[in-house]
Amino acid sequence: MSIAGLIFSNLNQNKLAAMTRQRVLASVPFGCRYRLIDFPLSNMVNAGITNIGIVTGYNYQSLLDHLGNGKDWDLARRSGGIRIIPPYISAYENPALHKMYISRLEAMLSAASFIRNCPEDHIVISDCDVVCNIDIDALVEEHKKSGALITFLAKTMNVEEGQMDETDFVLESDETGKVTHFNHYKAGTTGKMNVFAQVMVMDTPFLRSIVDEATAQGFTSFFNDIIRPNADRLHMHAVYTDNWFAQMHSMEQYFRYSMQLLDSNVRADLFKRENLPIQTKVRNSPPTRYLPGAKVSGSLIADGCVIEGTVENSIIFRGVHVGKGAVVRNSILMQGTYIGDHASLGCVVTDKNVLIRDGRTLSGHETMPFYIAKGVHV
Amino acid sequence: MKQKKECVAMLLAGGQGSRLYALTKKTAKPAVRFGGKYRIIDFPLSNCINSDIDTVGVLTQYQPLVLNEYIGNGLPWDLDRNVGGVKILPPYQGQNGADWYKGTANAIYQNMEFIEQYNCDYVLILSGDHIYKMDYAKMLDFHKEKGADCTIAVLEVPLEEASRFGIMSAHDDGTIYKFTEKPKNPDSTKASMGIYIFNKKKLFDYLIADEADPNSANDFGKNIIPNMLAAGEKMFAYPFEGYWKDVGTISSLWEANMDLLGEDPVLDVTDQSWRIYARHQADEPQMVGNTAIIDNASITEGCEIHGTVKNSVLGSGVKVMYGAYVKDSVIMGNTVIGEGATVNYTILDEGVDIGAGAKVGEARENAKDITVIGTGVKVPSGAVIPAGEMISEL
Repeated sequence: MSIAGLIFSNLNQNKLAAMTRQRVLASVPFGCRYRLIDFPLSNMVNAGITNIGIVTGYNYQSLLDHLGNGKDWDLARRSGGIRIIPPYISAYENPALHKMYISRLEAMLSAASFIRNCPEDHIVISDCDVVCNIDIDALVEEHKKSGALITFLAKTMNVEEGQMDETDFVLESDETGKVTHFNHYKAGTTGKMNVFAQVMVMDTPFLRSIVDEATAQGFTSFFNDIIRPNADRLHMHAVYTDNWFAQMHSMEQYFRYSMQLLDSNVRADLFKRENLPIQTKVRNSPPTRYLPGAKVSGSLIADGCVIEGTVENSIIFRGVHVGKGAVVRNSILMQGTYIGDHASLGCVVTDKNVLIRDGRTLSGHETMPFYIAKGVHV
Repeated sequence: MKQKKECVAMLLAGGQGSRLYALTKKTAKPAVRFGGKYRIIDFPLSNCINSDIDTVGVLTQYQPLVLNEYIGNGLPWDLDRNVGGVKILPPYQGQNGADWYKGTANAIYQNMEFIEQYNCDYVLILSGDHIYKMDYAKMLDFHKEKGADCTIAVLEVPLEEASRFGIMSAHDDGTIYKFTEKPKNPDSTKASMGIYIFNKKKLFDYLIADEADPNSANDFGKNIIPNMLAAGEKMFAYPFEGYWKDVGTISSLWEANMDLLGEDPVLDVTDQSWRIYARHQADEPQMVGNTAIIDNASITEGCEIHGTVKNSVLGSGVKVMYGAYVKDSVIMGNTVIGEGATVNYTILDEGVDIGAGAKVGEARENAKDITVIGTGVKVPSGAVIPAGEMISEL
C-alpha cells in the first residue's frame, strides 16, 4: 500500500486571525510544545507515509523553521520526505492572474506538479485546524475496501450555537458508509451532526483528474465546482473517528480545547495511542525547575521553565518564567513568556515572548480569553 | 567546511565505572544519566562543540550499546559533519591480531590513524567521567602561547583532599616539574583534571615508545606524563576555574545532581552562552496534578506528578502517584512510584518500578548512605529497602 500526504498549512486560518497575523495556521503553538502541523504530520508518518507535500501561503517562515529538514518526524529522506510547496507566482505573466490562492482547490492547483508526479496510489489530504490522533492506515484500508474514489473523515458531535459557520461541511452516510449527503453547514442549526474533519483520502488518478479539469475549466472551489455537481455519480465514503477531536475555529475554541488537555483521558487519546506517537521539533531545553515557594497544580508544563510562583489549571509552554508571588490561573502562556513577580493572570493567552511586568493584573473570561500578541510588553 | 582540523579531541569513554555499582552494570560510565535529561558524556561533547572543536573520536570498550545508540550520528551536538564530527572508535582487529584497549594511552595508540586523517597539529585528550563546563579553545590558546609540548588542565583543590588526585607541582609560570599520583604528603594543590593537550607529533613519539615497552601499563597518568617529564619536555599546568565534578562515586553523582537545584544553582545548565546539548525525545509535556506538591525540584517532559516531590531531580517519564513521597532523590527516568510509596535519599536508575506503599531508603538526616536501585528493577508493593542498599536485581 503506497500513500502520499498533502497538508494545507493555511486553510481556514482567518478563523484564528489574532494568532495567525504573524504566522501560518500550521505553526500556531498548541499543547505546551507542539504546533498544529505536528498532528497531521505525525498522523501521516505513523502510517508510514514518507512523501509529504506541504502547501504554504503567506508568512511561512515560522513553519520552515519548525520543520527544518524533517528529521524530527524521520522525514529527512533522499527520496520523498517533506516537500514545501510555496505559492507559484510568475514574474513574467500578468500578476493579477497569479494572485494568492484562497480556496482549497486553488491551493491544490498550486500543488499540481506534486500531485501529477506523485507515484503513490493514494493521497491523504489534511488541513491544520484539526487536532486529532488519526490512524491513517486504517482510514486508507477502509477507503480501499469501500471502492470509493474519495473518503472523508468525519466526527459525530453535538454542535452548539456559534461553534461552526457556513464554510464548514456536514455529511450523512448510509449503513455501508456511503455518503448520501454532503453540504455546507447551515448557520444556526444545532444538535447532533456529522462534521467533515478536514481529512480525506483519494485515489491519486482521481485527484489528478480533478486538478486537470479544474485547470482547464478555471474552477475555484473544490466543493462547489467538483464535489456538489457530481455528488450523484461520485462514490464517496465516510469514516468516523471516535477519538478526541478539536477544531480550532475561534480563539474561544482554541482556549477551550487547550484546557481539555488537562484531562488525562484526553491526553491518553491524543498522545498515548499505541504506536501512534505525536512527534514535534525537539529543542535543547533543560528540565523545568520548580524553586522553593512554587505552588503548581492541575497544569501541563513544558521543559525549560522556571517556576517560582503559583500556577493553577494552566498550559505552560517552553522557557516560561513565573516570578515570585505571581499567580497564573486558567491561562495559556506560550514559549518565552516572562511573568514578573507578584503579577496576577486569569484566563489570559500570552503569545511568544510576552513580558508581564511585576505586579500587573490581567484577566479575561473563559468565553473570551484575553489574548496578548507576540512580543508585547505589559 | 575546513578539511584540515587544528585540534582533534579523543574522548576516553571505555571506563567501567565500577564504583557506581548497579548504575553501570549495563552501561558504560559516560552513558550514565545525569540531571534529568543528560548523560555524563553530554558535558565533554557540548564543551567540544562550544569550543569550536568539531572532530571527536569517542573510544568505547565496556558495554558500548547504550553509548553507540545515544551518540548515533552526532546530530544533537551538531557533530554530524561531512569532515570530522563525532566518531565511535571501538577496539578492532588488525593485521597483527586484535587487542582490547590495554590502557588509556594504548587506546589512543590504536587510533593514531584516525587522528592522522585530519592532519591536525594538536590532540585534546578528554575523559567521559566528569561534569564540567570548560572552554577548551582557551586552553589551546594557552598551550600555543606557552609553546608547550603538553598542557594539563588543573584545578585547585583543598589541601586535605589533594591526596585523592594526581597532583601537579608547577612553577609560577605554569611549568610542571613534578607529577605525583595520589601523594600521601602533597606539596601542591593543583589536581589534574584528566584533560590534556599534546602536540600531535610529540604525542605520537611517546605513544610509539610506550607501546614498545613491555612493562608499561600504557596509561597517560602512569606512563606517558611521567616519561615526558623525565625527558624534560615542555609541560604546563593550565589553571581552570569553575564547576568541575568527578562523578565517579555514588555520593559525588548524587551531589552533582543536587547542584542543579535551588534558586541560584551551582551548576547552571540553562546558560544560553554555554549550552549543554543532549539527545532529546518528543515526550508529551509534564503534568502536575491537583494533588501535587513540588518544592525545589528539576522535572522533565513526560513526567506525571500527583504526589510530593522535594529536593529531587526527575528524568523523563517519571510517574509519582497519589500519596507518593520523593525527597532528596535522583530518579533517572521511565519510573513509576506507586501510590503511597516513599523514596528517600535514593538514586533510581532508568525503568525502576516502585510498588504501592513500598519504602525505599531513609530520610537523609537518619540515613548513613544513599540507596541505589539499578535499571529495570521492580520493587514489589509494600517492600522495604533499607538505606544504603545497592540493588541491581531483585
